[in-house]
Amino acid sequence: MSARRPSRYSWGGDEHLVVQLDEAMSLEVNFAATAMTRALADRQLAGVADICPANASFLVRFDPDVIAPDVLEAQVREVEREVESAPSLALRTRIVEVPVWYDDPYTNETAARFRDRHQRPEGNDLEFAAAENGLASTEEFIARHSGSPWLTSMVGFVAGLPFLYQMVSRERQLQVPKYLRPRTDTPPLTVGHGGCFACVYSVRGAGGYQMFGVTPAPIFDPTQTLGDFADFMVFFRPGDLVKFTAIDERRYREIGEEVSAGTFRFRQQEVEFRLDDFLAAPDEYNAALLEVLDGR
Amino acid sequence: MAVEIVAPGLAASVQDRGRTGYYDVGIPPSGAVDLYSSGVANLLVGNDPGAAVVEAAYMGPHLRFTERAVVAVTGGRMPALLDGEPVPQWESVEVAAGAELSFGYLEAGARIYVAVSGGLDVPVVLGSRSTYTLGSFGGFEGRVLRAGDVLPVGTGSGTAGRSVPEELRPALSKDVDLRVVLGLYDYRLTERGLATLLDTTWTLTPVADRIGFRYSGGTLEWQDREQPFGAGSDLSNIVDAGYPLGSIQVPGGVEPIILHRDAVSGGGYAMVATVISADLDLVGQSSPGTRTRFRPVPLEEALAARHEAAARWRQVRELLS
Repeated sequence: MSARRPSRYSWGGDEHLVVQLDEAMSLEVNFAATAMTRALADRQLAGVADICPANASFLVRFDPDVIAPDVLEAQVREVEREVESAPSLALRTRIVEVPVWYDDPYTNETAARFRDRHQRPEGNDLEFAAAENGLASTEEFIARHSGSPWLTSMVGFVAGLPFLYQMVSRERQLQVPKYLRPRTDTPPLTVGHGGCFACVYSVRGAGGYQMFGVTPAPIFDPTQTLGDFADFMVFFRPGDLVKFTAIDERRYREIGEEVSAGTFRFRQQEVEFRLDDFLAAPDEYNAALLEVLDGR
Repeated sequence: MAVEIVAPGLAASVQDRGRTGYYDVGIPPSGAVDLYSSGVANLLVGNDPGAAVVEAAYMGPHLRFTERAVVAVTGGRMPALLDGEPVPQWESVEVAAGAELSFGYLEAGARIYVAVSGGLDVPVVLGSRSTYTLGSFGGFEGRVLRAGDVLPVGTGSGTAGRSVPEELRPALSKDVDLRVVLGLYDYRLTERGLATLLDTTWTLTPVADRIGFRYSGGTLEWQDREQPFGAGSDLSNIVDAGYPLGSIQVPGGVEPIILHRDAVSGGGYAMVATVISADLDLVGQSSPGTRTRFRPVPLEEALAARHEAAARWRQVRELLS
C-alpha cells in the first residue's frame, strides 16, 4: 500500500468519532477503511453502537458513558497500525448483476420536471453525462457504465442506498457534477451518478445525482417478501461487487412480474476479490470476475 | 385498549428511544426528537421511559381513548383539552373510556409528546417501535398518523395527579444557544468562514423536520483549492462520508443544516461542527424563526454537559418512581 498522509481523527460531538483516511477517493483507501472497520468490529468493544464504513473514511457512534473517548481513540489507532502493517488485500464478497433500463421514460420524465435545477436545460442527464466525459454518444456512455464492475464503497444516505465506485483506472472513471440544486423527488430504484460515484436510490425522496435509468429489482424491502431479503431488509453491504447490465423495456416488465410474484432473485456469485491482483491487471481481472458471475 | 386518531395534527408519529446498530446501512436511530420530554411523559404515566408515545410537531392531534387510561402530555407548551376542558401538561391525568384529548395552538417549543399508561403497542422492528418514514417501517405501518388509525396500547397501571415541577421542565425559548464541538471538515473553512459560523445569529427556516433543521443568516467562506478526486466540484463538497447525529453541514456555504434523529447517514457535504448530545432536545424544540447561536466547546465540556443532563434525568426519575 502506498504511503499516504496520516489519518485525521475528529470528534462529532460527544457520541461520534470520525476517521478520515484520505480526502480523495481510491480503491486502496476504501479497502483500508473496510479493513479497519472490520477489525474494529471484531474487537466487540462495549459502548460502540455503530461502525459505519464510508468511501475514504469511517464513523463510529459510541456511548461515552460506557467507553471513554480517549479509550476508544486508542483502540482505533491500534487497529489502524495493525491494518497498516498487514494490509488486508483480499475481500470475501459476492458479485451481483443489477439489470438497468437506461434512458427509460420514467427517469426522463423526472429529469424534465427538475430541469430548472440542472446545468443544461436541453436534453437529459445521460446526454449531459456523455458530453461531460467526452463521449460521442449515450450508447458509448452506457457501454462504459455497464462494461466494468463496481465496488460498493459505502451504504447509506437513506436505508440501503449503495455508493458504487467503478473498478477502472482513474483516467477512465466516469465523472459528473451533481444537480445545481437537489431535486425534491427521485423515483425509487433510479440509477444515479455524482462525482465519481454511482448509486441506486433505494427509496423515493430527494436527490442531487444525475439520473441514467431504473432497475426493476428492489434493493430495500422492509416487508422482507423477496428471497434475497429473508435475513435482512437491506440488500447491499460494503464490499459487494456490482455489474450493471443494460436491459430493454420488455425485460424490465418481465423482471417486474417476477418481483410481483415474489420469485425474483438477483443473479449473484460468491467471489474473493484480491486488490493486488486487480491493480496488476485490472481489465483481465474484471473479465475473470464477470466469468464468475456467469458461472464459468 | 386503544387510542383512535380522530385527527392527526401535523407530522404525528409513534416514537420511542430509537434503534441502534443499523446506521452503517443508512438506517438512522429515529426515536423522539426531544428524548427528555418523551421519557418524562412515560414516567408520569408509570411506563418504562423507553415506551412508545405519540410525537406531534406544531399542531396537536385529536385522540380518543377506547378505555379508561392515564395519560400525560409533555414537550412544547400547547394547551391540552380533555373533552373540551383544559388539563395541565407535565401531569398525569385520568381519562374515561371514550374521552377525547385535543389541543389548542402551540405557545412555545415545537413538539409535544402524549404518553398512555401501558405504552403504544405497535410492532418492534429492528429493536424499536419508532417510525422511520423514509424507510416506511416502524411505528404505525411505517408512516405518520392519519385520521382513523387505531393504535393498540399495552397493559399499564398509571396513577393520576403526578406532576413535574417547573424547574424540571425544559426552558422553551425563541433564542437558543447551542453548544457545538468544532471539527470534522472545519479545516476547509477560512478563518473568516469559521468566524461567520460562530458570530452569526442564525434563524431556523421552515425546513425543519425529524431529518434535519435548516438555518439562514449568512454565507460561509471555504478555502479555495483544487477539489480532491471524487469529491465533486463545489468547495463545500467532500468524498461522501458518514454524518454524525447533530452534525452541521453547510451545502454551498449557505443555510447550515443540523441533522436530527431521522438523519441521512452520509453524503457529500462538509460538516464543520456537531451539536453536543445534551443540546439535541433543544434543537428538537426549536420552531421556525428561532434565533440560534453556535457556541464552541471542547469535548470535555460536552461530556460535562452530558453528565449534568444525566443527573437531571436521575432527579426526575427518582421523583416519579
